[in-house]
Amino acid sequence: MDIFGIPIQALLGQLMLGIVNGSFYAVLSLGLAIIFGVLKIVNFAHGAFFMLGAFTAFLLAQYMGAGYWLTLAVAPLAVALFGMLFEFLFLRRLYGLDPIYGLLLTFSLVLVLEGGFRVAFGSSGQPFATPELLRGTLNLGFMVLPLYRGFVIVSALLLCLATWFIIERTPLGASLRAATERSELTQAFGINVPRLVTLTYGVGVGLAAFAGVLAAPIFHVNPSMGSSLVIIIFAVVVIGGLGSIMGAIVTGLGLGVVEGLTRVFYSEFSSTIVFLVMVLVLLLRPAGLFGREEG
Amino acid sequence: MRSLPSTLIALGLLALLAVPFFPQLVYSVFVMKTLCFVLFACAFNLLLGHTGILSFGHAAFFGTGAYVTGLLIKTYGIPTELGILAGGLVAAMLGTLVGALAIRRSGIYLAMITLALSQLVYFFFLQAPFTGAEDGLQRIPRGTFLGLIDLGNNTALYYVVVGIVGTGLWLIWRTVNSPFGHVLRAIREHEPRAISLGYPVARYKVLVFTLSAGLSGIAGSLKAIIFQLAALHDVHWHTSGDVILMTLLGGMSTVFGPAVGAALVSSLNHYLDPFGAWVTVITGLVFMTCVLTFRQGVVGQLSQALRSRRSSTPAAKVDSRPRTHHQ
Repeated sequence: MDIFGIPIQALLGQLMLGIVNGSFYAVLSLGLAIIFGVLKIVNFAHGAFFMLGAFTAFLLAQYMGAGYWLTLAVAPLAVALFGMLFEFLFLRRLYGLDPIYGLLLTFSLVLVLEGGFRVAFGSSGQPFATPELLRGTLNLGFMVLPLYRGFVIVSALLLCLATWFIIERTPLGASLRAATERSELTQAFGINVPRLVTLTYGVGVGLAAFAGVLAAPIFHVNPSMGSSLVIIIFAVVVIGGLGSIMGAIVTGLGLGVVEGLTRVFYSEFSSTIVFLVMVLVLLLRPAGLFGREEG
Repeated sequence: MRSLPSTLIALGLLALLAVPFFPQLVYSVFVMKTLCFVLFACAFNLLLGHTGILSFGHAAFFGTGAYVTGLLIKTYGIPTELGILAGGLVAAMLGTLVGALAIRRSGIYLAMITLALSQLVYFFFLQAPFTGAEDGLQRIPRGTFLGLIDLGNNTALYYVVVGIVGTGLWLIWRTVNSPFGHVLRAIREHEPRAISLGYPVARYKVLVFTLSAGLSGIAGSLKAIIFQLAALHDVHWHTSGDVILMTLLGGMSTVFGPAVGAALVSSLNHYLDPFGAWVTVITGLVFMTCVLTFRQGVVGQLSQALRSRRSSTPAAKVDSRPRTHHQ
């Protein structure tokens, strides 16, 4: 069966790849949105933390013989701790200044981390094995789904929904939202805002690292795997607006699908389609699809 | 009035003109490369320092200048000076487009938009059939300048580069100190007020974007002629990051601070080159130190120190943005 002269198997295959990429976009832009909401800082190092997650998993597996499931739990935590330390020691000094400085500081962290890993491991990719349990495929009748890709989609979406639930529906999330709106007033109510801020940065960074571990078996683990991604995420965030958690998730997923479809129909545009959509959105709806106008 | 800075500038100019006579001391190609980055950084600072706009995609203009000039000279045999001019013009047109799109948002969103748009430009040059993809445009002929001066000679090329960069810097200095420049600063300090005073702020922003992009393009064109190469690195976000670092390190609130920053960063890149990826790490650390501890940059810090020594009340000026060009 063909659609517009394209075999439906190929179409579905690319669509599925698009959803996989979209899940990464969703998790990453979600983290970026959470961090921006509370810290008012655009975390340029988000891609670097994604890479750090993948590398930590790779190193744990390589040198300590850790299994996949252990690395999936440990690596994001380790990277989150590192991120919190970075926030506590450095990022904290820039609050109250022009948010541009936060962008620049996190950018400099990208250079240090990427350069450091390139010194240590070279630029080429390190292979990372798919976990034993998820090596097979699942026949859905209309298409064959590699199990691991299905696992990535499901776990990324569950993670997004869990994060959304925590922020929108729990007391912890309520104080977080309060700190976003009026941080001084929240402090006056006896909530330790600085600690909350550090925690938020840790969660955002942890999400990025988790996505990195998920991505490790699909992409090769290499020092620059995060930097091209973070630029796409920036475009996603410009399209969706940083104001809404759900907006970040939906936009990320949607753009992944759009990218997958573009790969089928106009493959030469597949690496630029997200940026082109951004241009279109800027022309038609400058504030972004889910955006509130920034101050 | 002869002040310390103007004496220093005169000495610097003399040293610059003497460079080709001391090949055992400095490599003139290195100085030429540095001069390109000086122009690039000062042009970039028209936006960051003088208008308060952070563009995170200026490599797009630098690289476009390099590619356009390289292509015209190599493939179509256009005279070198026209090639450079065309490089600047195309980059300026791209600047108008990018500027018009990017200023629909402000602040960090604008930074992200320019970065994304420059990535679009990067992919264009990666995929276009005439750019040689990963290899870049190689062996671009240097040709002659105005049909008179043979640019194959490094010394001749050196003085041409000094002349063009000097003209570019003069133009920037004139712009900053013109009524137009004052409006730009008004936009930086308080945009709503500039709007309420009746200035067409959006048009000003697009105009300064165009100017900045055009001069950045010329810097890129010169680089392409000097190294006879236009490569993907010229359009890569690393280059955008480098120019931000140069500006920040030199001092974004001064006219020629970025020039000092450009000299520092390009020396760093030059002398640390044998250490491979360590350069990136060290650049990152310098960047970090700069953002955390001296946001006014080397020249900003120095001129503030000078001023507080000169004025009788040391703490009279608690201005975070010293404006040396007002003197």
